[in-house]
Amino acid sequence: SSWWSHVEMGPPDPILGVTEAFKRDTNSKKMNLGVGAYRDDNGKPYVLNCVRKAEAMIASKKMDKEYLPIGGLADFTRASAELALGENSEAFKSGRYVTVQGISGTGSLRIGANFLQRFFKSSRDVYLPKPSWGNHTPIFRDAGLQLQAYRYYDPKTCSLDFSGAMDDISKIPEKSIILLHACAHNPTGVDPRQEQWKELAAMVKKRNLLVYFDMAYQGFASGDINRDAWAVRYFIEQGINVVLSQSYAKNMGLYGERAGAFTVICSDAEEAKRVESQLKILIRPMYSNPPLNGARIASIILNTPDLRKEWLVEVKGMADRIISMRTQLVSNLKKEGSSHNWQHITDQIGMFCFTGLKPEQVERLTKEFSIYMTKDGRISVAGVTSGNVGYLAHAIHQVTK
Amino acid sequence: LAAYRTDEGQPWVLPVVKKVEQMIANDNSLNHEYLPILGLPEFRANASRIALGDDSPAIKENRIGSVQSLGGTGALRIGAEFLRRWYNGNNNTATPVYISAPSWENHNSVFVDAGFKDIRTYHYWDAAKRGLDLKGLLDDMEKAPEFSIFILHACAHNPTGTDPTPDQWKQIAAVMKRRFLFPFFDSAYQGFASGSLDKDAWAVRYFVSEGFELFCAQSFSKNFGLYNERVGNLTVVGKDADNVQRVLSQMEKIVRTTWSNPPSQGARIVATTLSSPQLFAEWYDNVKTMADRVLLMRSELRSRLESLGTPGTWNHITEQIGMFSFTGLNPKQVEYMIKEKHIYLMASGRINMCGLTTKNLDYVAKSIHEAVTKIQ
Repeated sequence: SSWWSHVEMGPPDPILGVTEAFKRDTNSKKMNLGVGAYRDDNGKPYVLNCVRKAEAMIASKKMDKEYLPIGGLADFTRASAELALGENSEAFKSGRYVTVQGISGTGSLRIGANFLQRFFKSSRDVYLPKPSWGNHTPIFRDAGLQLQAYRYYDPKTCSLDFSGAMDDISKIPEKSIILLHACAHNPTGVDPRQEQWKELAAMVKKRNLLVYFDMAYQGFASGDINRDAWAVRYFIEQGINVVLSQSYAKNMGLYGERAGAFTVICSDAEEAKRVESQLKILIRPMYSNPPLNGARIASIILNTPDLRKEWLVEVKGMADRIISMRTQLVSNLKKEGSSHNWQHITDQIGMFCFTGLKPEQVERLTKEFSIYMTKDGRISVAGVTSGNVGYLAHAIHQVTK
Repeated sequence: LAAYRTDEGQPWVLPVVKKVEQMIANDNSLNHEYLPILGLPEFRANASRIALGDDSPAIKENRIGSVQSLGGTGALRIGAEFLRRWYNGNNNTATPVYISAPSWENHNSVFVDAGFKDIRTYHYWDAAKRGLDLKGLLDDMEKAPEFSIFILHACAHNPTGTDPTPDQWKQIAAVMKRRFLFPFFDSAYQGFASGSLDKDAWAVRYFVSEGFELFCAQSFSKNFGLYNERVGNLTVVGKDADNVQRVLSQMEKIVRTTWSNPPSQGARIVATTLSSPQLFAEWYDNVKTMADRVLLMRSELRSRLESLGTPGTWNHITEQIGMFSFTGLNPKQVEYMIKEKHIYLMASGRINMCGLTTKNLDYVAKSIHEAVTKIQ
């Protein structure tokens, strides 16, 4: 007999399931719109030129492979903080922050979740927007926290339910934790406008909530790194000491290299040092110290003026292609003769789009047209190309007319 | 943190690693896409094959699983998190976890943070005789509650450098089998310890041959010199494929909320090396270079101490194995070494053999001689 007889089979990952089914499909017109990774206009993975250049620099330098400090590569964490907060940020200049390297977005979120579980004694509750990235819930749960929700997405309009969000947030018990997507909300693509962010900031301040920003798409959303970080920076300027997780998976295409960071904005530099020491105590029994490769590539790019410039152009290029695909999808739907309002497709931002398609319609898209997406009607716009946007529009029209 | 040093006292990037990294850098077909949650398939299979042996019955019977992890630490943590959720009931945080006295200090934190509430030590180092306290160890195992988890160092025990002999491992396995104790191996030095992959994996493979279900947390930090790329693997050996499959599906869930999917660079280097007979041979050679240098430093240090007539016995220096050695120096003697001789060792008397070079051997030997003769 086995120790593991009672171990249940874990449920299959819903998104992976989409990709598995896609791979098995023999239809030449098939489209994988479940993929959470950027694709170029040929549907291929895109390695940024600035990344290749940084890699060439690394290869030529013949560096050693010694362990990184527990908190990660210092040049990387400093550059990461500056990227998020802005070089003119008072919080950044005064040093009243700590940034540790994390294993991309997930790892950074988890470090933060573990830190809050251990040190944020006011509450066990984390409020997520409805809906949120599927992995948020198990991350916070595994860290020992409880999940609650606030209204966010309005399925009737395929846009932000701002009054619902404000109403719910006004009722969140003081000193709870609230998670906000800094930009390019995943999975809906629906972001608050700046005036709405201002009201949200005032409300969370009034409720004395601990704000946890998840920023996985800085630069990738609008094409402008400052614009995408606006909410984070505004909150901090309003005196809200946020915690923040960053990912370089999408905006630098470093997916499998796992480059990310977790930041805590503190009262002062001394507090930051104490917080840092506790973060290290959390990290060491997880994986001792972080992997170098991705962080070093990101660091070289951020800290080398020419490469940084090149990166800004390339990340704008990716964002622009996505925006262009949104535009083309809507115009193609009009051409097909669809009478529905598809404005939300261009109003939404970032990699993902909540089409508003219902499960039965999604199923028809898959069965009749070999177009794969998650059941909630979410598509990855990154999987759309100028070569297949017409086909996609045609298919969507067929299942919605 | 402990890392290998050359005879010039420098870090050493293995020649085979440099070669493979260049191959990877030149391969424009490669990209940075996400790895699967459990890691790079070629890495996982090869890594487990290295631990269990090419002819492992467990591999033939398709009852092994692998989880690419962030270093040995990451592998330990995933294993610990899984055990806390699924071993000896559901979410049984009361299952005793036994860690050797002494052990790598992070072992304790890994299991505490994974949620275990009852962490105990088992007798291991006998300071008086400067060797393994086998009697104490076996005694602890006899008295341990059934189903307790035991963290075993596969080879090159950290920090003592003292390993059970094959015969002693057999005794350990017999008790563990009879008392239903769970073996969780920590294998951070395979190849690096003796220069032989097979020899350094003997204990793990013996337990497999005895029919145990076990975990083995592997690190490729030392034997590949890939410290900062965080290359590790958790090998799972189960009764049959079905059990292993279910275990892996649950480990996937744990990985997903910890790091989602593992880093790609280090795994690629190891996978490429292990799956090419030519590169594998080069790697084996590089590993032997490191192991031989450490073995040489051990024998040179011992012979100098014996020539100097340093009081006490010094055979433990060559009988111990791996990166570390428990010299037997007491805290006062250690303080002398640090303050007067500027030789840095731990208060436990642990010395990092990689810090020894042909240039400093005489100085270190003389200093130990002084410490032992001057300070009691």
